[in-house]
Amino acid sequence: MNLLHVIGFGLKVGHLLLILCCWFLSLISLNWLTNGGIMSNKSCLPGDGDKPWLKVWEQISECGSKVHHYYSQFIGSRKVRKNWWRKLLITWIGFGILASFTVLWYMSSQAVEKRKETLASMCDERARMLQDQFNVSMNHIQAMSVMISIFHHGKNPSAIDQRTFATYTDRTAFERPLTSGVAYAVRVLHTERDQFEIQQGWTIKRMGSNVDQTPVHEDEYDPAVLEPSPVHDEYAPVIFAQDTVAHVISVDMLSGKEDRENILRARESGKGVLTAPFRLLKTNRLGVILTFAVYKRDLSFDATAAERIEATSGYLGGIFDIESLVEKLLQQLASKQTILVNVYDTSNSSHPISMYGSNTSSDGLHRVSALNFGDPFRKHEMHCRFKQKPPWPWVAITTSVGILIITLLVAQIFHATVNRIAKVEDDYHEMMELKKRAEAADVAKSQFLATVSHEIRTPMNGVLGMLHMLMDTDLDETQQDYVRTARESGKALVSLINEVLDQAKIESGKLELEAVSFDLRAILDDVLSLFSGKSQDKKVELAVYVSSKIPPTLVGDPGRFRQIVTNLVGNSIKFTDKGHVFVTVDLVEEVKELMEMERDSKRTLSGLPVVDRRRSWAGFKIFNQERSTTSSSLGDQINIIVSVEDTGQGIPLEAQSRVFNPFMQVGPSITRTHGGTGIGLSISKCLVHLMKGEIGLASSPHIGSTFTFTAVFTNGCSNFNDPSNKKTPVSSEFEGMRALLVDLKPVRAKVSRYHIQRLGIHVDLNQDFSTLNSRKKTVNMIFIEEEIWDRDLGSLTTFFNDLKKVDPSTTPTLLLLSNSISSTRSSFSAFGVPTPFVVMKPLRASMLGASIQRAMGVGNRGNYRNGELHNLSLSHLLRGRKILVVDDNRVNLRVAAGALKKYGADVVHAERGKDAISLLTPPHHFDACFMDIQMPEMDGFEATRRIREIENTINSQIQCEELSVEAYGNVLNWHVRILAMTADVIQATYEECLKCGMDGYVSKPFEAEQLYREVSRFFQTLPENENP
Amino acid sequence: MEIVGQLQKQFVDFTTSLYREGILDGQFVELQKLQDESTPDFVCELVSEYFQDSEKILTNLTTALQQQVVNFKVVDDHVHQFKGSSSSMGALRVRNMCIAFKSLCEEKNLDGCLRCLQQLKHEFYLVKNKWETLFRLERQILEAGGAVPFVDYRFY
Repeated sequence: MNLLHVIGFGLKVGHLLLILCCWFLSLISLNWLTNGGIMSNKSCLPGDGDKPWLKVWEQISECGSKVHHYYSQFIGSRKVRKNWWRKLLITWIGFGILASFTVLWYMSSQAVEKRKETLASMCDERARMLQDQFNVSMNHIQAMSVMISIFHHGKNPSAIDQRTFATYTDRTAFERPLTSGVAYAVRVLHTERDQFEIQQGWTIKRMGSNVDQTPVHEDEYDPAVLEPSPVHDEYAPVIFAQDTVAHVISVDMLSGKEDRENILRARESGKGVLTAPFRLLKTNRLGVILTFAVYKRDLSFDATAAERIEATSGYLGGIFDIESLVEKLLQQLASKQTILVNVYDTSNSSHPISMYGSNTSSDGLHRVSALNFGDPFRKHEMHCRFKQKPPWPWVAITTSVGILIITLLVAQIFHATVNRIAKVEDDYHEMMELKKRAEAADVAKSQFLATVSHEIRTPMNGVLGMLHMLMDTDLDETQQDYVRTARESGKALVSLINEVLDQAKIESGKLELEAVSFDLRAILDDVLSLFSGKSQDKKVELAVYVSSKIPPTLVGDPGRFRQIVTNLVGNSIKFTDKGHVFVTVDLVEEVKELMEMERDSKRTLSGLPVVDRRRSWAGFKIFNQERSTTSSSLGDQINIIVSVEDTGQGIPLEAQSRVFNPFMQVGPSITRTHGGTGIGLSISKCLVHLMKGEIGLASSPHIGSTFTFTAVFTNGCSNFNDPSNKKTPVSSEFEGMRALLVDLKPVRAKVSRYHIQRLGIHVDLNQDFSTLNSRKKTVNMIFIEEEIWDRDLGSLTTFFNDLKKVDPSTTPTLLLLSNSISSTRSSFSAFGVPTPFVVMKPLRASMLGASIQRAMGVGNRGNYRNGELHNLSLSHLLRGRKILVVDDNRVNLRVAAGALKKYGADVVHAERGKDAISLLTPPHHFDACFMDIQMPEMDGFEATRRIREIENTINSQIQCEELSVEAYGNVLNWHVRILAMTADVIQATYEECLKCGMDGYVSKPFEAEQLYREVSRFFQTLPENENP
Repeated sequence: MEIVGQLQKQFVDFTTSLYREGILDGQFVELQKLQDESTPDFVCELVSEYFQDSEKILTNLTTALQQQVVNFKVVDDHVHQFKGSSSSMGALRVRNMCIAFKSLCEEKNLDGCLRCLQQLKHEFYLVKNKWETLFRLERQILEAGGAVPFVDYRFY
């Protein structure tokens, strides 16, 4: 639960970080963008600056949500996700491109707009200035007209002559910055011409005819060259002129077309009137002439044109050199270089006349400002445009490129990430596939190994059988030896194959433990007898001790348990050349209590030092748990701990961690000296784990090793036996006898006593003969350790003599517990001591029983051969049982019946399933039924199913008291044990058996061991008196 | 006495050859073990019962395979019976032949079945012959006053 929380928290934090990173990235670009924006928008509206910010902010949030989206998408299926991220990536890139273009467009349009505004303001400024200056000049000229009217026409004689006028106008030229010259022409009627010409001293001249179209005023030629003016109604000869235009004096202004129009318009309107621009001859520049009419008297504003003409006395004209004037004006302004100015006269809108500026073709951006020079007849415009082409909008370009780059980068990062994830996922899937294949291959290998091993076993049995037969034929010594060797090798090979088979089974997970009741002590006896030959050869004392607290029957897998013990004992014996190999079995709880008790290391079985066995279980969980957790409290669970202690060469420290790995031995040299595959301990470890136990070791080089394992079994007799009947004697014939055990070593004595007690014999223990007194009259037998016999024969003799004195009729049987056959037993019968029977160690109950029987001559000569134990036990289980055997095959029926009869069962035959049903309909006296599965008409499954149905009906009726219990043999719950008999022993069949209500199955033809296993599951040994 | 020894040796050799040739297997040893003082003729009776049973089955099989339309299910049932009793008796070769027969039945291979039936008959009469010899030897030993030696096939 905690772990989940932590993972969840981690995910959240990771997500947060991711968003933060994204935000940070955007912030950088944002800063950059806003800086750029401010730079380019300095004079823009402040609101514009907000827009990119908002846009970017939108981007961030979008980005964030996208990230979040992808993030959550990872949970979705892979394919969908792949499509999704592809689409999103494309969308994102599209969005990025769009955004960058939008920004580019927006910013460049902003720049253009700003440029336009700049131009407009500059243009307007120039136009206004020009207009102002023009107006100033115009006003001054008007003022001059007033002055002439007053001082020239108002006075007689005139106060102004040419000289005065020229001086005055020259000195007041600064007042008229736009004019290059001023001249005054007086109105002369034809009638007054002569008088006027006389008065002035020159004739009125007319302008050159060749310059009709473009009148020339300021030219170089002498007025004398000009022709005298032809006769007109009136004339307007120039009388005063500024020095700059002194050459126009005496020229009749009315003779020029432009001037004439001008003069006429001026005197009609009474306002300043402008001519169209024309080229001035003298400077070859463009100019205009402003004309004011001078009246004899003040006229009212609403004076008619005729009145004005009548009142006109002269005309004042000012020449404006527009080109130079505008230039001068522009020079006064800053940034003259940046813009181009054109001034046009647009009175004739279809043909604007350029007054100033080069007539270059205008590009996109230009500004037109209207000029008002006070003459409503004439219209003027000022055209402005920038000299330079608009600069590239670098800020906009860089910004948009930046956005694009960032978008692409993010896309790239995202793409790379997603690709990476996809790749990793693909790799992962590939790995999974490979792993699956590897596992499949491993399983296949194991299966192959299992099959092959199995297949090898079959021919090996043939080989061994033949060798055995060969040994029985007439062979000489050498041949016998060869055959024996071949047989031993064959046996070794078979055991090796068995081991490999086991390993393969474990690896392929096929190994399943059985749960049958078994006698742990008997199994240990078996193991002991297996190694007895070897231990005797090596003169190693082999002993087993089982705590009395261990129940007589346990439920578990005896075969596998035996295998573990065999492995460990075999291992120990292999590496032990002197001393002992000692197997102890205790309850875990017992050992826990004992742990506090200090154990004297010297008091071992053989007297040689051993390693502290407690070290071997130091790492066990069961001990490291709190003491209070009583594993025994779990109902029938029995935790046993088995130690195998030896005084062998020990295992080097560095190899200790490896010994449980398969095919690992301490070193290659070990393999050479001792053989073996190194698979045994590994199998043992696996088996121990299957038994919910642990295995460990403690070892010191040259002292020995102790292997310890724990295993969990269930108590097999809790329902049947009361605690008082704990010790089930192997044979009851020694019940109640007393024995005396003489031994020095307490550990050894404990072992001996354990075995003797198992036979039901009461044991008194004495350390020495010296402490013995003869008051123990009822001693039936005396067990003496060989060690004591050899050493203490004297006191023994005394003891026997005493004994004889007390009761000469009964002599206790003397049994010598010996380690090896070859040990010399010196002349013992000499001193009246009875010849002792030698009991060879290792002690086992069966062997001990047989020895005692031989020694005492009691009972039948029980044949305790190896492997007969099951038969014996089977007889115990089956004796007197009433069993129904159902098989359609008469031969099989007879065989099965014969086998069961052999074990003392009372067998009834049935050949058909229907017969079985009728026989097994309660009430009946059958204890069990062995049923063939494959039968014609009705097979075993069907028959069983029907029997169960009938039983259920009857049981329910009994419970409802519809049927009297008495009529059904006082049995409340009818359930006859039905075992299937089948030739094919595959798992499926077994399950099928259980499904239809069977209790188990036995393979056909019967095997004693399997039969025993199955039967022992529900038949507990019946006490003899219970037999019907 | 010498005759007994000879007979016993002959008996052992013969029995061993039966196992060696794969005519019998360990199951027969198990059967022999079942025989004790209380049931002295157990094996003999069993074998004769087996003979009767088997001959009946063989007749049935022959009939079944001669039908116009062969019902392989029936054939299979017969063969199964035969297999069961043979394996109970330890007649290894007969049993193996039955297994082969069964697979041919599953294939519905009539020709194969007929061929197999011939072989099965051959094997059956072979084992019958051997057993009869074995029991004759046994009787001779007993008549000569010797004990029938026990040949244990299971060495391992």
